[in-house]
Amino acid sequence: MKILSINFLSCAIKACKSSSDSFPLHAKDAELVQDEIELNPDMIINVLPRLDWAALRTTSSELGFPQLPEQPPTPFELKADETLLKDLHHLLLETQISEGKLVCGNCGHEYAIKEGIANFLLPSHLV
Amino acid sequence: MSRPEDTLAADVHYDDVEARKYTTSSRIQNIQASMTRRALELLDLKGPSLILDVGCGSGLSGEILSSLDAEEGGPHTWIGMDVSPSMLDIALQRDVEGDLMLADIGQGVPFRAGAFDAAISISAIQWLCSAETSDTSPAGRLTRFFNGLYASLKRGGRAVCQFYPKNDQQRHMITQAAVKAGFGAGLLEDDPGTKNVKLYLVLTVGGGSIENNGGDITGVVEGMEDVDVLDARKQLKSNNTTVKKGSKAWIIKKKEQMERKGKVVKSTSKFTGRKRRIAF
Ligand SMILES: C[S@@+](CC[C@H](N)C(=O)[O-])C[C@H]1O[C@@H](n2cnc3c(N)ncnc32)[C@H](O)[C@@H]1O
Repeated sequence: MKILSINFLSCAIKACKSSSDSFPLHAKDAELVQDEIELNPDMIINVLPRLDWAALRTTSSELGFPQLPEQPPTPFELKADETLLKDLHHLLLETQISEGKLVCGNCGHEYAIKEGIANFLLPSHLV
Repeated sequence: MSRPEDTLAADVHYDDVEARKYTTSSRIQNIQASMTRRALELLDLKGPSLILDVGCGSGLSGEILSSLDAEEGGPHTWIGMDVSPSMLDIALQRDVEGDLMLADIGQGVPFRAGAFDAAISISAIQWLCSAETSDTSPAGRLTRFFNGLYASLKRGGRAVCQFYPKNDQQRHMITQAAVKAGFGAGLLEDDPGTKNVKLYLVLTVGGGSIENNGGDITGVVEGMEDVDVLDARKQLKSNNTTVKKGSKAWIIKKKEQMERKGKVVKSTSKFTGRKRRIAF
């Protein structure tokens, strides 16, 4: 699971829909891998306003990345700052959890990640 | 030809053998690629976007999204959901760029609101109509899927789902479920009446006002042949209780009718339909 995806995923369990603790899911026992992916500045500038910055800060510190600034850059600042673009690209798209779990802060449900694929299948009584 | 959808669950049908057979067939590769390109055309994205690939399988549809060059508005970034571990396994082996998750779309779409610019689904959603088990029904699965999809798209976003309905009833059941979830919906048929007929459900998430054509399906598929626009607004009418003549609701409705005819009407305000005092 890429960090970008984690910034958009929330707990799938019905009872958690209304809880603010069900997002972001928390990384646990995470092994990371880095892929090399071509930088796509327009894509990052496009999603920037939709990122939940506070959640991204949580995830990145849970994974041991250096602390992100408190406030997100504006799209304008990001466009002008190549280093920042590359750093964000690296964090959001090139970094992924290959093995580990994503845990809901509300219900405690654990979504296993194997070979980079998170398992969101639920037993039917939780749907 | 018999349809696996009618007898098997998707993750049972797409086992290791079938997943490999499916993905390595050059005939299938070509068909999936051309349908994905058609879906992209209908999405009409202006630049590199974040796209959900619903029933992404081994990535035949997704890799078209990643490989689109800048002149064509790409490349896009995608996240794929699929219920078959074997299909996803092949996607891994093929080293696709999209992010993958094992998930059943009939259980919902677990992303926060407004996450995606757009969604595509190529040859997958008819599977929602099978799988009748004791605790799930096709209707319930369709509702969970379309409600979740609707919420996960940004305002003004679009989804295009190419699918193979078994019959008219299934085609109706699927499109109505989408309309009920709040989508503006249109059906597009390529090569109608032939055995290569392809059906695309084009869905829009309204960007505020329904009169504003940006979010309106009639604008999306305007001028295309063989498009059947399903208008939720028509439906609403029949469900509506009758409106009292002279009431605010009645006036607004009249205004909308006039507007549709191209007439200029006064904008609606909190005073619309209020009794006015006689001025001296
Ligand atoms: C014909 S394949 C298409 C795959 C890919 N979109 C392509 O164009 O090659 C249909 C896919 O839908 C998936 N599918 C069927 N039912 C599903 C469900 N309930 N949730 C998620 N995926 C599903 C299947 O596992 C299969 O991979």
